[in-house]
Amino acid sequence: MKKTVFLGALAVTGLAAGAAAAGTLDDVKARGKLNCGVTTGLAGFAAPDANGVWEGFDVGVCRAVAAAIFGDPTAVEFIPTTGKTRFTALASGEVDMLARNTTWTFTRDVDLKFEFVGINYYDGQGFMVPKSLGVSSAKELDGATVCIQTGTTTELNLADFFRSNNMSYEPVPIETNAEAQQQFLAGACDVYTTDASGLAATRATFENPGDYVILPEIISKEPLGPLVRHGDNAWGDLVRWTLNALIAAEELGITSANIDELRKGTNNPEINRILGTEGNLGEMLGLSADWAYNAIKAGGNYGELFEKNIGENTPIGLQRGLNAQWKDGGLIYAPPFR
Amino acid sequence: MTQAAYVRTEMAPEKAPPVTSSGIIGWMRKNLFDGWLNSILTIVSLIAVGALLYEILPWMFRSSWTANSLNECREQIKEVYGPDASGACWAVIRERYAQLTFGFYPSELYWRPILAFILLLGALAPVLFTSLPRKLLWFSGLYPFIATWLLWGGSVWGPLSALAGFIFGFAALKLITPRYGAILGVISAIVVAILWWVAISGPVATTLESLIPISLEPVKSRNFGGFMLSVTIGITGIAASLPIGILLALGRRSDLLIVKALCVGFIEFIRGVPLITLLFVASTLLNIFLPPGTDFDIIVRVMIMVTLFSAAYMAEVIRGGLAALPRGQYEAADALGLDYWQAQRLVIMPQALKISIPGIVGTFIGLFKDTTLVMIIGLMDPLGLSTAIRANQEWNGIVWELYGFIALVFWIFCFSMSRYSMYLERKLQTENH
Repeated sequence: MKKTVFLGALAVTGLAAGAAAAGTLDDVKARGKLNCGVTTGLAGFAAPDANGVWEGFDVGVCRAVAAAIFGDPTAVEFIPTTGKTRFTALASGEVDMLARNTTWTFTRDVDLKFEFVGINYYDGQGFMVPKSLGVSSAKELDGATVCIQTGTTTELNLADFFRSNNMSYEPVPIETNAEAQQQFLAGACDVYTTDASGLAATRATFENPGDYVILPEIISKEPLGPLVRHGDNAWGDLVRWTLNALIAAEELGITSANIDELRKGTNNPEINRILGTEGNLGEMLGLSADWAYNAIKAGGNYGELFEKNIGENTPIGLQRGLNAQWKDGGLIYAPPFR
Repeated sequence: MTQAAYVRTEMAPEKAPPVTSSGIIGWMRKNLFDGWLNSILTIVSLIAVGALLYEILPWMFRSSWTANSLNECREQIKEVYGPDASGACWAVIRERYAQLTFGFYPSELYWRPILAFILLLGALAPVLFTSLPRKLLWFSGLYPFIATWLLWGGSVWGPLSALAGFIFGFAALKLITPRYGAILGVISAIVVAILWWVAISGPVATTLESLIPISLEPVKSRNFGGFMLSVTIGITGIAASLPIGILLALGRRSDLLIVKALCVGFIEFIRGVPLITLLFVASTLLNIFLPPGTDFDIIVRVMIMVTLFSAAYMAEVIRGGLAALPRGQYEAADALGLDYWQAQRLVIMPQALKISIPGIVGTFIGLFKDTTLVMIIGLMDPLGLSTAIRANQEWNGIVWELYGFIALVFWIFCFSMSRYSMYLERKLQTENH
């Protein structure tokens, strides 16, 4: 059925490779859908519901970008990627952007030739222990057995932390988060370590969450953010400023509830510029004037997305912490819309 | 003449066998308690099975089918069976069985995969059971095109014009062979078919579609998932790998140097590489080699890789069957004046395939289970979906129920295949050795 495509593709393989480059926005517009790479499933960040509709914090970013381009938050094709396929999927053009809790590191940015357009969640590696262990600080974990996912940066962070504190530990290698939960509950290890957001999500699923504590130490920096390919700066700008619009909207008090009211015009020129009633920011991005209005309307501003998917009222129950607005003592900060 | 009174004139009636060697007791003595070693083993096994069931059965049946989240499940079970009870949360299967079966296939179009599956049974029947009328095999031949159309949708003329390629190729074979010989016939058939597919079939399908539009709503491969994905990949691989495997096996035993070298090279290369590597080639390497924006369906790529992989194994299984045939069979076929293909078709293959049935079915079962590996490249097979379902906060933490359900379904498929192969072996048991 697809033989024509296959043979034709083989024939032109040598000719057209590398002709990708610019024009991601044009490709997306022509396709009518944004291809957004997400995880195959991570609690709170991306997961399909019973009807197959994707939901989550990272998914919210994809929907905002789609809304900014098309005015329609459902014009997204979600492409589940694993830790092993995510970077080739982006590099080869299978997806237009990745919003897949990916840590911004030097090598990924420089060597793998990606562009991290911002940070939508500041994470860090933490420890969870049973209360019965009687431990209140990670410094007391000398000689503990630790459940650790193999082949991740968390494994290296763990080794560094224990070495720099002159402590020893016994690793229990595991493959997936589900396996880790089972091993930890069965008592195969004293400590489970992964990103703090993951620990919180995991603990929330336990039969008796109160019997387990997450230790206060955070031993690594894991800034997670959406990323695009090198080589198409206009597209990178579009994704970056969509994310910034969500962040600025929270700072300026634009919510999905009052946005229609504010759009009629306000005394705050920055709000007017974001919502397209003043200036021509949308035009500069190659979008319509109401791009940011649509993006914010899609799932709410940054704070609303956070509260709805991973905030304190959800089972995951994450506090804002580092992810609060800079005004509230956090690190979330959008450059000015001017 | 009087008869001696102590001589019986008739046979004594048969007595029932002693209680200890007949009926249930006899069966148990013979099979379970035959000697002290076997008795001890029997008792130990019974205790082990009993302990296992004692743990599992309450968990299975003290379950909740109605809850909407894991926590709700736990509450319901505690409410009904007491605060210390723990049981299975089958509610996740109730809520997600459609997703586990069809993946992200649009729910209003579920009838299409269901119909395709029912037709599949119809198409398989004449292949599996020789008592059915042979004309039904035509339907089996058409089935791949019907199924493609049903599953992926789009214009009916796409699959039809792909089918036309086969028809034209066959026509070329029939026309050329009597005049110019078999080799030219085969070559021209292949050339005609490929020419048709590459150059002509696309425009023809488009034109026909614009003239007589008959189409189903197209569904993207990305939306395939769950058991539907496993079965689609598995059946395609099974159906395509057997003929390819037979050809490879024949090629490997051929006297023609180039054919033999090609077949050996292919088989040894594929068998030397793990399936997961081939899947990575399909999902990532090809992406980089193909021009950006090429829409070369990921599932078709995976199907091709899986088929090639199992064809290499199939070839070796069949080669074993060929090697097991006595030389006399080949010589007898030659002595009858059959040419190579006739000899293969009428004498060699029926016997070689029969010998290889257990190996062939073993390869099929392995192939079907290997389809779960596609999870690693981000396709949503049942195992991939179980991760996705767990990522939903309502069901995060559910492990045994999901894996148990998936295992059960896979077991049903694999066990049926295995039973069928036993039936086939019994039916083909014709020798008297």
